[in-house]
Amino acid sequence: MTTRRDVLIGAASLAAGAGLVSVLPVTAAHATPASMDAAIKKVVGSAPLRKGKVTLSLPPLVENGNTVSLEVSVESPMTPDNHVKAIHVFNEKNPLPNVISARLGPRAGLGKLSTRMRLADSQRVMAVAELSDGSFWSDEVDVIVTIAACLEDPG
Amino acid sequence: MARTLINVPKTAKKGEIIAIKTLISHEMETGYRHDNLGKAIPRDIISLFVCTYNGQEIFRAELHPAIAANPFIAFNTVATASGTLEFKWTGDNGFSATEQATITVE
Repeated sequence: MTTRRDVLIGAASLAAGAGLVSVLPVTAAHATPASMDAAIKKVVGSAPLRKGKVTLSLPPLVENGNTVSLEVSVESPMTPDNHVKAIHVFNEKNPLPNVISARLGPRAGLGKLSTRMRLADSQRVMAVAELSDGSFWSDEVDVIVTIAACLEDPG
Repeated sequence: MARTLINVPKTAKKGEIIAIKTLISHEMETGYRHDNLGKAIPRDIISLFVCTYNGQEIFRAELHPAIAANPFIAFNTVATASGTLEFKWTGDNGFSATEQATITVE
């Protein structure tokens, strides 16, 4: 259900986003959906990237992009023959497309990882898991950010 | 030496999956900000985190500037034997920090 509040928050974030873009220094290169795809391609190679098995948890609406909790969990029995080898997180609009790349193995017990990331803008965040059989699985979340990270001047 | 906060259970049953939480104080300067004079602030981040359990690597993460200041990393492992978990963070400008935690497995 879309409430009046949602609409207002959405409008505010759009306005904030537009304002920030206009003061962006020309030197600040930004990752684009294309560069995120390129970064993912580098990890996945020619293997197909399928949706499923992975759950990326991020709050859908973030007030402060400087620190955003995220959790990636991957369905896997975590046995020596069938386990999660790696978990990668990518983003669309931060200056760089990579966020974190973690290597784990059957000794992890659970294919799970939590950390905190920065978000420079409202964008799509994507998690990719590599399983021991060589397959790649993904999940993605769209996040709305009201105060962006990376661009503020240090106090 | 950077301040760290490690959360590992003191005791665990053999085969139990335990949660490990780590936090380290670090600016994680992205390299994309400018100071008051408009000069670029150079990148200064932790780029690698490794956890070993009795000398064997169980978890490794490459961090990028998109990781928030004071990196928090939480993961899991199977309690296999009593011993020591060692946590090591390395990064730009020769940054290195090591921390240990002991666990008793029954």
